[in-house]
Amino acid sequence: MAGFTFKGGVHPYEGKELTKDKPIKRFIPEGDMVFPLSQHIGAPAKSVVKKGDRVLAGQLIAEAGGFVSANIYSSVSGTVKSIGPHRVATGDMVESITIENDGLFEAAEPLPIGDIAEMSKQDVIDAVSLAGIVGMGGAGFPTHVKLSPKEPDKIYYCIVNCSECEPYLTSDYRRMIEEPEKLVAGLKIILCLFEHAEGILAVEDNKPDCIQKLRELTIDEKRITVKPLKTKYPQGAERQLIYATTKRAINSSMLPADAGCIVNNVDTVVSIYHAIIEKRPLTERIVTVTGDAVREPQNYLVPIGTSYSQLLEASGGFKTTPAKVVSGGPMMGFAMFDLDVPIIKTSSAITCFTEDEVAKYKPSNCINCGRCADVCPGRVIPARLADFAENNDVEKFLEYNGMECCECGCCSYICPAKRQLTQSIKTMRKLILANKKKK
Amino acid sequence: MSDLLNVSSGPHVRDRLTTGKIMGIVLLALLPASGYGIWHFGVNAAILIVVSVAACVLTELVYELIMKQPVTIGDLSAAVTGLLLALNMPPTAAWWLPVIGGVFAIVFVKMLFGGLGQNFMNPALAGRCFLVICFAARMTNFNYDGMTSATPLALIKAGNSVNVRDMVLGNIAGTVGETSVIAIVAGACIMIGFGIIDLKIPASYLITFFIFMGLFAGHGWDMNYLTAQLAGGGLMLGAFFMATDYATCPITDKGKIVYGICLGIMTGIFRCFSSSAEGVSFAIIFCNLLVPLIEKYTLPKCFGKGGEI
Repeated sequence: MAGFTFKGGVHPYEGKELTKDKPIKRFIPEGDMVFPLSQHIGAPAKSVVKKGDRVLAGQLIAEAGGFVSANIYSSVSGTVKSIGPHRVATGDMVESITIENDGLFEAAEPLPIGDIAEMSKQDVIDAVSLAGIVGMGGAGFPTHVKLSPKEPDKIYYCIVNCSECEPYLTSDYRRMIEEPEKLVAGLKIILCLFEHAEGILAVEDNKPDCIQKLRELTIDEKRITVKPLKTKYPQGAERQLIYATTKRAINSSMLPADAGCIVNNVDTVVSIYHAIIEKRPLTERIVTVTGDAVREPQNYLVPIGTSYSQLLEASGGFKTTPAKVVSGGPMMGFAMFDLDVPIIKTSSAITCFTEDEVAKYKPSNCINCGRCADVCPGRVIPARLADFAENNDVEKFLEYNGMECCECGCCSYICPAKRQLTQSIKTMRKLILANKKKK
Repeated sequence: MSDLLNVSSGPHVRDRLTTGKIMGIVLLALLPASGYGIWHFGVNAAILIVVSVAACVLTELVYELIMKQPVTIGDLSAAVTGLLLALNMPPTAAWWLPVIGGVFAIVFVKMLFGGLGQNFMNPALAGRCFLVICFAARMTNFNYDGMTSATPLALIKAGNSVNVRDMVLGNIAGTVGETSVIAIVAGACIMIGFGIIDLKIPASYLITFFIFMGLFAGHGWDMNYLTAQLAGGGLMLGAFFMATDYATCPITDKGKIVYGICLGIMTGIFRCFSSSAEGVSFAIIFCNLLVPLIEKYTLPKCFGKGGEI
């Protein structure tokens, strides 16, 4: 299969066989559920409940705190126990609503969304906004903002990121195998918003069964094509994905819409379907529990707010003592020190390793081999950028296009000297962005 | 849970290739040339190789112990330097010559500048050039078949003819590791096969050199002459094993090609216009000094600004 691709990238161990063939299992949580008010990029949501309130499953508990923000719904019925800071997967403390789950799952009224046939474009976008949908691939950018570009007429491609290039993750894969029709229907809803757009389902060619299934489903859809991508990390990185599928390239200061593209993740598109057709807000997502330290790796449909530790228990706990537990996949995930952390809208997986490869290798001198530059999808020279970052040389860092780094981690992965390239560059980028904001 | 979890910034997985493994593959790739050298020149070649490797590794070890630095001889880079130095010695050399060269290479070229990857020129070649300047007679005494003989390039320079077939096979006078083109290319294939080097530098180097010699050497496009120039005087060893030294070549793709072109021109100039018949070593260490400049002017375009193609 001649796959579409980009320059650079790496081939880490995929690890997908652990959970690839495990059908999605519904997980029923018990006890307290935690809903951080910031599960997305943008302003935190504002709580609309107070301590002691009774809430129903699917009831709004926090409303968007601005245009770039998102509503949050309770995934269970119960009583609001407290509102205060709670630890999240990144290690930060975030203002959160804790709800004591009464186990009844008493459902709230469906969302007040009309019939799709009678909805205007703005109605559809409003409905997506109402349902609290954000990018579920990891970034958590509010979807209604993505769907409202300045010039909707100039959107030529609506790309669904079905690549799932992150190792170990199979949540998108299972969604595509089990509910491909929802994915296609979701994409058709998006296409209604952009008359000139072509729909692209971009799937890595390590998932031939998905490609086959989606092709069968879209055989009569004139506006939708399935594009097989070469299996390579980070094939699903937004800029690389746009380039692989359309040959249009954007840099860090541009938006996908500048290249006439809108990119959404599989679960996000399915959530749009849930909102518009089933009138359901975003209250659950698929999470892969995996890694060599887990007794029974599994894909779960999990109510948002469930704690990671509960989900791990459901998977039989650890078979050996884990050295590292990562929220997300091994390339871009966050290592956690506390497992009493809630699943949020962007939690795609929990990956548990018996051996920490980062601790196993000690960083040593750069040998200038250039492998980091070879694999860098941003086509910069990570070895030099890391030097500048370590010497706090902002000027040189910018001159060498440091801001074009997408923090995918390929350089740290490939480095034979085991330098912490990504980490140094990431830190410098954060510093520069923070200083820019101050000015 | 009682045990503490490791926390670090992503990515949380690493490729298995390490600096030590890369150097190990380079050593492996140098085996054909070393083996041929020992077979061709006899036991003194073996002694030179062992002494030179030992001198470089021990120098690094002692330096690091004295300076209270972490010991890094496990990365095998000192062994590579030692082996390359030995392959650049005349087979008649006394055992203490590579010791002096090795100490100079490791201490003055490598460690004083910060160790592996920080050296501004190739340590093995710097060591060799140091010896050539200090011990000119000993470093140019090429004894072969029991009698003092000149290298093919010296013969050509003096106006004699040479047998190109012997040069490709290695059946000639020369340094320990430079004589057999076949053994060197076999080693280069190992490195290319393992992805340790690519052809950018060797190809641009050899092609530029070939064209330069055709234009300026005064022999026109005489293929016998040009092939002898390509096969002789350590050009192959230099192009595949020393010009491609990571630390002293540009990191950018375009820079690598520019660097190869500079090497080809410099080697050509030395061979055509200097009093010596050879010039690979000096061409490489001279071009090593140009590397920061080359890199500065060959920075790649990034993704989204023209670099994606």
